[in-house]
Amino acid sequence: MSAVATEYETVIGLEVHAQLATRSKMFCGCPTTFGAPPNSQTCPICQGMPGVLPVVNRRAVELAVRAALAFGLRVNPACRFARKHYYYPDMPKNFQISQYEEPLAEDGSLELEVDGAPRRIGIQRLHLEEDVGKLVHEGDFATALSSLVDYNRAGVPLMETVSRPDLRTPEEAAAYLKAFRAVLLALGVCDGNMEEGALRCDANISLRPRGSTELGTKVEIKNLNSFRNVQRALSKEYAHDYRYFPEPDLVPLQMDAAWVESTRAALPELPRARRQRFVSQYGLPAYDAGILTQSTALADYYEAAVRAHPANPKALANWITSELLREVDAADDTAIARSGISPARLAGLVLLIDDGTISGKIAKDVFARMLASGEDPAAIVKREGLTQVADAGALEALVDAAIAANAKAVADFKSGKTAASRAVVGQVMKASGGKANPAMVDRLVQEKLSRM
Amino acid sequence: MISRQDVEHVARLARLALSDADLERMREQLNGILGYIDKLRALDTTGVEPTSHAVPLVNVMRDDATRPCLSPDEALANAPERSGQFFRVPKIIEE
Repeated sequence: MSAVATEYETVIGLEVHAQLATRSKMFCGCPTTFGAPPNSQTCPICQGMPGVLPVVNRRAVELAVRAALAFGLRVNPACRFARKHYYYPDMPKNFQISQYEEPLAEDGSLELEVDGAPRRIGIQRLHLEEDVGKLVHEGDFATALSSLVDYNRAGVPLMETVSRPDLRTPEEAAAYLKAFRAVLLALGVCDGNMEEGALRCDANISLRPRGSTELGTKVEIKNLNSFRNVQRALSKEYAHDYRYFPEPDLVPLQMDAAWVESTRAALPELPRARRQRFVSQYGLPAYDAGILTQSTALADYYEAAVRAHPANPKALANWITSELLREVDAADDTAIARSGISPARLAGLVLLIDDGTISGKIAKDVFARMLASGEDPAAIVKREGLTQVADAGALEALVDAAIAANAKAVADFKSGKTAASRAVVGQVMKASGGKANPAMVDRLVQEKLSRM
Repeated sequence: MISRQDVEHVARLARLALSDADLERMREQLNGILGYIDKLRALDTTGVEPTSHAVPLVNVMRDDATRPCLSPDEALANAPERSGQFFRVPKIIEE
């Protein structure tokens, strides 16, 4: 195996189709709402009736340009739509409006990190096209006599990006898709919902001798849940003869250079830049910064918490990565808002620890209550009487009692096993219901045992 | 020159079943059309943008606003076959 692994390397290129976040379709006013009843979102234009005229959705162009600029692609001064012909019932008109020789943008890249090492993956082109209808089989696939077609999705605006064959491992491919999705979400270009098909990926994979610069025989691995793609794979001979020609019903797009520049200037901070800023500005480890910038909502949440309690950005990051993200999915952009814990309340909790009101251990209980009830941490602490005991007199009494009850630990300590003090500390913490100030207890126990 | 094979290939792409006589007739007609295009090709078009539209318009766009759709029944009115609210077509994949 290892001999083979050293002789050949995998070359992967990814084609990603992202649904642009528009209200209406690419060339007509039908809504793009997911999950509508079959064939309830069509009109003569997306049904391909004779004599109708498609008109480009301005918003779709703006979103695609925004994405193109974020990936550093060159937005072409002019681009054009083309008809891609194929005989298949997922498009009522037997062609798909796409872009071919003159795409919207070319030559960019996506920077990502794989195992901590930076990688730059080229993006060859980005173009606009319309989505196709959805095919389902009636009953069991093997015995079905017919297929059923729902054209709600036909005509929904898509942005296709084709990467260069710069990816070498499945891990890199996954990292590319993840970073790509994060950029689109940060830009508001696509909602990134993969289950609803808003982001779909096809892979071109080939093998070549290591060191060779030529690409081997390419194998396309399409979304295999798409029957059209299976069909294409099966009849390759004809599948790629699309007889493209310029779409006569659509005039070219010309990109105003000043508008492109103002769009570039208005781009939000992208996840990678934000991650680097989290490291430099808040002193976070790169790993934590990476987790916190997985989604814009999560990164915004973190920064709102930091604004509410600027003194301890590291503790806030720890609470989010180790506690909050145990409860909510980091990649789900809306989950954090549903957690019931606002950034200000999380900041309030960390503040209670930092000012000595509660211990870190009690804070975890308070956090659990916050999750359940959405209450303010200070209110929970007050009502439940969880305020830390930092009164030296009260603690001393507890320490004395614990020492009296642990003759063995005391003997061990005196014989040089200093770790035995931990048993006494534990006893005190238990007796205080976790409310004793751990640092003070530790100091008192050490003092008293050393004097015995 | 368009060969008989070319005509067969294009006919297959368009899912047209042509008889031998039709194939030959199409081959002759297509060659006639291409012969005419060869005449146009004799013109010097250096520096002339390929024309895809007769009108010199660019950037015809609409706002991203929704409009009423056809009802499913209207959408399916021309379907040769339907099943519930779906268009019904011959099974897509055959071995």
